[in-house]
Order: sequence, then C-alpha cells, then structure tokens
Amino acid sequence: MAKAELMDYERAIELFEPVLGFEVHVELNTKTKMFCGCANEFGSGANTNTCPTCLGLPGGLPQVNHQAVESSIRLGLALGCGIAESSRFARKNYFYPDTSKNFQTSQYDEPIAHDGEVTVELESGRRVTVLIERAHMEEDAGKLTHLGTTGRIQGAEYSLVDYNRGGVPLVEIVTRMIEGAEADAPEVGKAYVAHIRELVKALGVSNARMEEGNVRCDANVSLRPRGSNVLGTRTETKNVNSLRSVERAVRYEIQRQAAILDAGGTITQETRHWHEDTGTTSAGRPKSDADDYRYFPEPDLVPVAPSREWVEELRATLPEPPAERRARLREAWGFTALEFQDVANGDLLDAVEATVAEGASPAAARKWWTGEISRVANARGATAGELVSPKHVSELVALVENGDLTDRLARQVLEGVIDGEGSPSQVVEARGLKVVSDDGALIAAIDEALAAQPDVLQKIRDGKVQAAGAVIGAVMKAMRGQADAARVRELVLERAAQ
Amino acid sequence: MDDLTRLTAADLAQKLSASEVSSEEATRAHLERIASVDPDVHAFLHVASERAIETAKAVDARRASGETLGPLAGVPVAIKDVLCTQDMPSTSGSKILEGWVPPYDATVVRKLREAELIPLGKTNMDEFAMGSSTEHSAFGPTHNPWDLERIPGGSGGGSAAAVAAFEAPLALGSDTGGSIRQPAAVTGSVGVKPTYGGVSRYGAIALASSLDQVGPVTRSVLDAGLLHDVIGGHDPRDSTSIDHEWPSMADAARAGLRDNALKGLRVGVVKEIAGDGEGFQAGVKQRFDETVRLLTAAGAEVVEVSAPSFEYAVAAYYLILPAEASSNLARFDSVRFGMRVNPVSGPVTSERVMAATRDAGFGAEVKRRIILGTYALSAGYYDAYYGSAQKVRTLIQRDFAAAFEQADVLISPAAPTTAFKIGEKVNDPLAMYLNDITTIPANLAGVPGLALPVGLAPEDGLPVGVQLMAPAHEDARLYTVGAALEQLLEAGWGHPLLQSAPSLAQSEMFASEEGAV
Repeated sequence: MAKAELMDYERAIELFEPVLGFEVHVELNTKTKMFCGCANEFGSGANTNTCPTCLGLPGGLPQVNHQAVESSIRLGLALGCGIAESSRFARKNYFYPDTSKNFQTSQYDEPIAHDGEVTVELESGRRVTVLIERAHMEEDAGKLTHLGTTGRIQGAEYSLVDYNRGGVPLVEIVTRMIEGAEADAPEVGKAYVAHIRELVKALGVSNARMEEGNVRCDANVSLRPRGSNVLGTRTETKNVNSLRSVERAVRYEIQRQAAILDAGGTITQETRHWHEDTGTTSAGRPKSDADDYRYFPEPDLVPVAPSREWVEELRATLPEPPAERRARLREAWGFTALEFQDVANGDLLDAVEATVAEGASPAAARKWWTGEISRVANARGATAGELVSPKHVSELVALVENGDLTDRLARQVLEGVIDGEGSPSQVVEARGLKVVSDDGALIAAIDEALAAQPDVLQKIRDGKVQAAGAVIGAVMKAMRGQADAARVRELVLERAAQ
Repeated sequence: MDDLTRLTAADLAQKLSASEVSSEEATRAHLERIASVDPDVHAFLHVASERAIETAKAVDARRASGETLGPLAGVPVAIKDVLCTQDMPSTSGSKILEGWVPPYDATVVRKLREAELIPLGKTNMDEFAMGSSTEHSAFGPTHNPWDLERIPGGSGGGSAAAVAAFEAPLALGSDTGGSIRQPAAVTGSVGVKPTYGGVSRYGAIALASSLDQVGPVTRSVLDAGLLHDVIGGHDPRDSTSIDHEWPSMADAARAGLRDNALKGLRVGVVKEIAGDGEGFQAGVKQRFDETVRLLTAAGAEVVEVSAPSFEYAVAAYYLILPAEASSNLARFDSVRFGMRVNPVSGPVTSERVMAATRDAGFGAEVKRRIILGTYALSAGYYDAYYGSAQKVRTLIQRDFAAAFEQADVLISPAAPTTAFKIGEKVNDPLAMYLNDITTIPANLAGVPGLALPVGLAPEDGLPVGVQLMAPAHEDARLYTVGAALEQLLEAGWGHPLLQSAPSLAQSEMFASEEGAV
C-alpha cells in the first residue's frame, strides 16, 4: 500500500482547524458477562466461557448484570454525567459472524449516563475540557481469526470464531465534538484517553490494560478550512489501542486529510484501520450517517431504572478524581514536573503512594519504582506492581538509609525479593549480603591492598587522592561488595597517611 | 388399556397416585394411541418412546419406594417443538433446525421433568409459530382429529390435535397471537395463554419476544390449571418474567366447580369481537350467544363493553410481530448450529453462506414476515410503522383497562370460524391473519386468555370455542370461570365435547387402504 501524501503538520494546522471526537470502549472487569452468567475471563480455551444466551442459541434470553450496571453508573458519575432515571437496551441489527445473535444488545437512545465533562491537562500546562455526550452499556462481540492470506475476512480461506469475549460488558464513552484543540489536537487525544484509562482504573471498574483491549479508542478526525464554519467530512480510525498510537493516528489523519483537501480532493466518510507498525491509516468500510441498524427497544429486557438512593450511594464510593489526586500527590512529594511524570506515566502512582505510606521517603520510593523495579519489570515483561510489594520496597529503602545495604547490595536484595526469597531482611540474612561495618575487617583488607600496590600508596601520599580508587576497588572486591564504599575511602586515606 | 388415554390428566393422576395404574401403563397406552392414529393426524414431529417408558418406569419405582410425588407425576405430556429439549430435536417446525438437539432444556421443560411428567415427544407447528393452521410446518401439516381434511389451527396445531386425538392428556403450547387458543377452539380442546411474564420464555424459540407466552393445552380446565401450576412462576433467566406470588390455578379451577361460582360475576361481551363482524361464521356466533345466555342463567351479570382500538389490533400486531421476528430469526445463520448451505455458484463467503442457508432453510411465510419486519424497522419507516403500532398497543391496553372497570372477565368467540379445509387459505395470508382477530388483543395487552369448547357449529358439526380474558395477574379468575362454564356445558351435553369426536381408528384404516396419498 503506497503511503499517502501527507502535508507538513504545522502547515496543515495553518490551513485547517482539526475537529475531534472519541469513542472509547471500556471493558468492565465484572465476574460475569453482560447478559449471562458466563465468566468474563481473558485467556480461557476457545468457546469455553459460553452458554445458550451468549452463543445466541435458539431460546436463549438475556439478563442484565447488576455489577455491570453499578460499574457503569460509577463511571458515568466520575465523568460528571447525569444518570438516567430509566434507560433501555436496544437491538442493533447487523449480520456478522462475531455477533452470535446477529444483533448487538446495546443502549441507543436511552443511555444510562449522559452529558458529562472531563478536563485534561497537557504537558504545557494547558487545560482542555472535553464534553461527554453519553456513556452507554453494551456487549462485546466474539473474536474472529481469519486464516488465509489477507488476515481479513475478505479473502480468508476460513475463519474461526471464539465467543468467549461475546457478551463481555462494555461501556462506550462518546465525546461531543472537540473544537479548539488546534495544534495540540494529537496530544488532546492522547491526554483524553489517558484520562479515561486512569479514571476507570481508579474506579476499579476495568483492568484498564490497553494492550489487552480493555480500553479501545476510535478516533474521529475532520478538518475545517480556516474561516469556514462548515464541518469537514470525518473519518473514524478504529481500534487505536495505545496512548502513543492515539496521538500518532490523530496527527497522521490531520496530515493526510489536509493534503487531500489542499489538493482539491474530498474526504470519504469511512472507518479507517490503524497500522501500528507503519504509523499509517488505511481505508476500512464506508460509513454513512444513514447506516441502518434497525434499532428497536430490546423486548427481552426491561428498562434499567436505578433508584436515586442507589445512585447517591454509588456517588459516595467514587475515588478522588485522578487529576486532583495527582496535584495533591505532586505537592506532597515535592517532585519536579518531570519526576512526577515519570511516576505517573509508569503507572506507579499507587505504588509510590503506598511505599511512602509504609514510611519511605518520596524520593527514595520514586527512585526504586521508576528505576530498578521498572527495569526488572521490563526485562521480565511484567508490570512493576506485580513484582514487589510497597511494604518490601519501603523496608529496602530503610535498610539502605540505615547503612545496612549499599545501593548495589540493595539491588541484589531486590532481586531476591522478586524471586520470592522473602522480605528484604530475610534475603539479606539468607544471602549474607549485609554491609561490613566492622572497621577492623576493613582495615585489614585495606592494609593488604596498600601493601600489594606500593606505587598507589606513594601516589596517595603525594597528594594524588584520586589514585585511591584502585585500592578502594580492590577492597570492595575483597569484601564481595559488602562494604560501604565511602567508609572504605575514608579509611584508605587514613591508613595511607599513617 | 385404551381407556387410559380417555382419562383427564386429573383422573389419570389420581389413579397413578392410588397405584391403580402405573405410569408405564399410561405411557404405553398413549404411545400405542400415537402409533395408531398419528400417521393420519401427524400431531408429532418426534416421539421419544423408549425414553418415555424409561422415565415412566423410574417414576413408578420412586412411587413404589414411598416417595411423595407431584400432583401430575407420571402423567404423559406432549411438548410443542418451539421448546428446547436436550434429549429431543427442537426444530420450531423449520427445516433450518432439522435434527437440531439443543444442549439445554427450556425452563418449562425442566419444570415438567422436575414434576416428573413423562415427555412423549414434540408436536408439530407452523414454522417458527407463524401461522394459524400448522400448514406452514416444514414437515407437513397436522390434521384436525374432527375431520382429517381440516386444519387443527395454528401455530400449535400439533399440541391441540395431540390432546384432541387422545394421543396425550396434556401438552405445552406457545401463544403469540392465538397459537394456543385458536387451535384449542377448532379442535374442541382447552388452551390458556397466561399473563405475559407468568410463565418463563427461557428456552422457547422466540417468535415475537414481547408477545410470546408458553401455556397449557388440555382437554379440561382443571387439567390446564394443574399444568399451569407446574410450568408457571418466576424465572430469573427470563427478565420479563414476573416475580409474583401466583395462586394455584388448579385450586382456582376447583373453586369453579362449587355451586353458584358464577353468581354475581360481571361478564363483559366485547362488542367489537362479539361475532357480529365480517368473517364470523353463523354457527360460531350462535354457540357464543348461547354461552352468554348460559352464563346469565347461572347468575352472571352480562354487560356489553366496547374496545374501539381492537379494530387496529391485527394491523398493529402484523407490524410488531414481524419486526421482532426479523431480529429474533437473525441468529439462524449456519455459523453455530442448524442447517448450512453453500451458495450454488460464486464465492463461498460467510455472508453468502448465511444468505444461501436462510434462503434454503426458511419457508415462504417466514421469509414474508422477515421482509415485513425488516422494512417496518428501517430508518425512516420506524415511526410510521413500529412506532405507531406500539401506540396502538397502548390504546388497546387502555381499552382493556376500561373494560375491566365494568367487568370481571371478558368473553368473545375464540376464533371467527370453525376449522377450515387444509389448503383453503394457505395462499391468502390476509385471510389467515384474520383468524386471530379475537385472540391478538390479549397478546398485545399482556392479559391472560382461556379458550374452551362450547359446542359444535350446526352447519358443519365442528367445534366452536369461546375465549375468556381477565386482567393481568388474574389468571386464576379465568380458571374459576372457565371450570364453572365447562361444568354447565358438559351437564347439558351429558359428556365432554371431545367424546363426540371421531374415534379415528376407522379413518386410519381408510388411509392405509388408500395407500400413500
């Protein structure tokens, strides 16, 4: 596929105003599916989490998952939405093999949550308010695997379908048109999706792993020529599933559409596929506003009518809004913007907060979590939070601060903790990693090293203090690293002077 | 042994309970009757002889061991093929499901098994319950036991014919616009459409979700009440099922047998469907009027009520039903179950396989309604069709509410005519649709309706039924009034109406002599 003609980004923004809109699908982490009692579980054997209802067998009937309604209401409230006194499910009718009933049960004209807003902060400090049109409940489709040359349904030799994901509860959050983002448009997209991800995580309603598809974003982009008040034709780039991709996809579409419009062409209203590897989008299926899904109210379900008392009870369970929490933590920890971003972007706010609560200093907690622990996590393909508990990190920090461990030893201790050898103290004990703080033992080693390197001794005596490094190294090696290098240095200079 | 098939379920249950007969004997008697008459009647699509006998033996054994069993334990029952049964094919009368054995039981079937009834087999029906004659079954029509050249009504002609031909004392049906009550009327049997939500729809292959209701098909009102008690009640698997403390329908029927049960009862004759309009047969009107006089004589207070919106019921019904059906039937796509047909030529894509399968698997009436419904739901037409129909539905509900201000129960003929000849209306869908003119309003409003036989039409000697309707949740009232009326009628005839039906043994001989027709 030839790479489309792109306009220089700055030029595109000069000529056009980008208008954005996002549909973010959040997969809820309920125990069971939206309309049946099957497990909502990622990674089970194909078609094992299924029943007559989610398989669309004749006679199957849906029942609304109470937990999913609760999660949806809490999410709606956290988005600043109103919660409908009565909301309904509808059937969205279309034939596709991943939809077992050949209709999706989804909310249509009566969503559970409507009219909210969220404010996102860009790196520049600019704040942008995104209006939320609605958040509605629906069910996920099954998963198709197309076998054959193309990997798409067209041209596939055959396709396999796994309905484990079919019927998993989703909340779709739809924004109103976002105007005025201007050159920040790509970053606004990224910040918005990051905000939603953070929010659902804080609420505990979703596992919020974009890489597993827990949060999926469709990005709508259109361009309006400067000075015009007519909206341009939009494209909808589907399944942009990482924060960085959201930014890249929006930027790409702005550049692509600008090039077409500037050349006198027209934009086709269509869905577009995002290609992570090339950073490009390609045409999907034409999408018109007149797509006829023959929606009608789902006759197998009764309206969802949450009592006001329940809604207020749920409102009381909302966590601190992520933006406020970030501001509070940053201030409390005294981090620079960059330091704080390191923690936030690494998804380590909870970890650092908990570690500080266990008694560690914010700086030390940050250093360990964004440093060694993240490094090991990356190397092992895990997330930092899974590897070690805040309590153990705090204990490790205390051991270093008491002088019981050097940083280097502490890294070895951490490795032991991660490998399940016990708490830091237990690892220190078991591996015999404590710093040698007995000056007598150090002095003996130093004297031996100095005797072995008379030229170095002479240099030190001549005032070339940096030459001490060679002796310190030898001593540290002799002590198998279990010595405080600063103390060794002091003693080396002391002994050399004698 | 043949007389075991002539017993009501209540009487058979009593003999079983007293160990005068065994369930195995009763089951064998019915299986023999099926073997003898069903080649002509064709009420059954599937007969589970061995399994039925095994089940009957097991029930007998439990009874012998002194266990207390349910009131209908050991009584055979026939099940409409619209209901999912995990040990028998469940086709809903369609080729697209030929041979399909579901991996689960419908809730009502599970309840039958738990109550230890003996499933005999699955009964014939119009494909996906679309029809009023059972001629739209993909597996051939069912014949009316009163006259084998006539239809047994529909869509549940198989269940009605099975009880009317003494092949089963009890049957389950489903009623979307009259599919229990109209077949009952034309076969001289009793059929009840419960209050919407009174009986679980889980495992009933959906026609129109907001109208469908499963109910009993029997030869007496008490039997219907006994069966209703087994299948009714709240089911968490059906979100439209009502969580309600239902009284015993059998007790309600027994209450109707007491003296003066009808005294002071206000009976409303619904002017718009009282048999005066076009399309009502004279004999139907005559028997209906006699029934009303009988009620008056028994002390009931008869009032005329008007339900002006009923005029639009059939029209609204034929928008709502196809709309819901078009969506409910979308799942028959060959991907997960049922028939799969590859396109004759051209590429074999999933879309084209779906199309080829649906083309080959669905009959003409099903296709007609899918097309109607798809059209009615289309953007730009929704408000005019589906939306307007829903408004009519609200008006009909209001008409019922107003009528029930004046009357405790409403009464009308259960069908405008007696059984017509097979083939007579099959090419005239509108005429067929008008057969349900008296039964459709109850479905649109969700209220219960009971059909029972009130005699034979003088002009053709075929059964005529009336329909009683009560407010939602008041099913018990229908059983009380129905049982009382049934008692009065049978006192007049000297026996149940079905005793006048042909024995069928002779016609079987005719059929076999004539060979393959």
